[in-house]
Amino acid sequence: MSDTLLISSRKGLFTVSRKAGQWEITGTDFLGDNVSITLTDRRDGRHYAALDHGHFGVKLHRSTATGWEEIAAPTYPPKPDGYEEYDMWSRPLNWSTARIWALEAGGSDEPGVIWCGTLPGGLFRSTDHGQSWEMIRALWDHPKRKQWMGGGADLPGIHSICVDPRNSRRVWVAVSTGGIWFTEDAGASWAQRGEGMRAEHVPPELTRDPIAQDVHCLAQCPAAPYRMWVQHHNGIFVSSDEGKTFSEINGVEPSTFGFPVVVHPREPDTAWFVPEIKDEKRIPLDGKLIVTRTRDSGKSFDVLTKGLPQSHAYDVVYRHALALDEAGDRLAFGSTTGGLWVSEDQGDSWACVTHTLPPIYSVRFA
Amino acid sequence: MARIVFTANIQRHVACPEAEAAGRTVREVLENVFAEIPQARGYVLDDQAALRRHMAIFVDGQIIRDRARLTDAVSETSRIYVIQALSGG
Repeated sequence: MSDTLLISSRKGLFTVSRKAGQWEITGTDFLGDNVSITLTDRRDGRHYAALDHGHFGVKLHRSTATGWEEIAAPTYPPKPDGYEEYDMWSRPLNWSTARIWALEAGGSDEPGVIWCGTLPGGLFRSTDHGQSWEMIRALWDHPKRKQWMGGGADLPGIHSICVDPRNSRRVWVAVSTGGIWFTEDAGASWAQRGEGMRAEHVPPELTRDPIAQDVHCLAQCPAAPYRMWVQHHNGIFVSSDEGKTFSEINGVEPSTFGFPVVVHPREPDTAWFVPEIKDEKRIPLDGKLIVTRTRDSGKSFDVLTKGLPQSHAYDVVYRHALALDEAGDRLAFGSTTGGLWVSEDQGDSWACVTHTLPPIYSVRFA
Repeated sequence: MARIVFTANIQRHVACPEAEAAGRTVREVLENVFAEIPQARGYVLDDQAALRRHMAIFVDGQIIRDRARLTDAVSETSRIYVIQALSGG
């Protein structure tokens, strides 16, 4: 059970720790800087923090015994002479890391392997704890990659990476927008996954096209990897065949719109969401901040409100800002308005740690 | 040799003291600086070695025009300023 949270925010990285049964802020790093996401590598205890300095670009830092050190950030290869490609706005697409949007450790059998998803869509792999990075060219060079579009940002980006706990060479990534992609040879070749999802925001002939899907977040059950959950731009989808096919979960109140999803580490039918009024408004319904939980694979949902503000709450919870610890009991989430809540009973009740942080991008148990 | 000055805001990430460096173009001068301070490269240039979107370079009071290849001319007496554009927010 984890007693530590790393909170990535628009203005720094905050460490939150459990002391005498209470959660409190115990550390600040990179104060004033934009921290997009962190990773705690449970194989060796190292922490990684991705920064976006705006003017000075995207940087990556790794924890040391005494603090942090800057390490290599993923770098796109040189664009071939005479080659040009354009984004969905008809602007030349700069092959340059615009944001680090996903950081995940490789399998337990491959210490030092880190996967990194970026905007504008490059996937990178390190085999030396982030000291150097190699772009996964087979995905970047896949002809269908150019059909990816902006979703969560102007540029397409890889936001979810799932490494198969049974076989580290099998990896799923999700793209906003571009659907789900799968490799079973550590990135040497890729295939689209995600039949059965449905996109409301595209012309009818593309509605069921797996590449048109705006997956907001993809989560895989560690103990039952066949089970994958998707929080999608216009719904919740669940797969029982490793993401080959998905079924839509309908009739969820108050909404199936949201960004994050987490799945219990051992119970594949149990997952949590933070719903909002879809799509153009993106605020909690009636100003009431809620979490929803299913324990039966989406047949029914509990609406969890105890300890959460139920009046004039306009918190939005981004796709990386809901976390579940490895034991499966503790949850935490952070919001765009700087609120942070923790639950120690699977969401039945929540305690507010603070509501004065900067806008929160990512919450992860360390 | 040209004189090159970096924005004060870069200094907390990478120490880039005011320096003299040889070169006939902005690219050549910068490459000579980066040879001494390799970590500064990624703070000024993007992955394609173009000037980062929200950075600006002035040579003798004129903003450079070739942000991709950095071919703007530099003289022996030029003063080069590597600064942040306000567009970065």
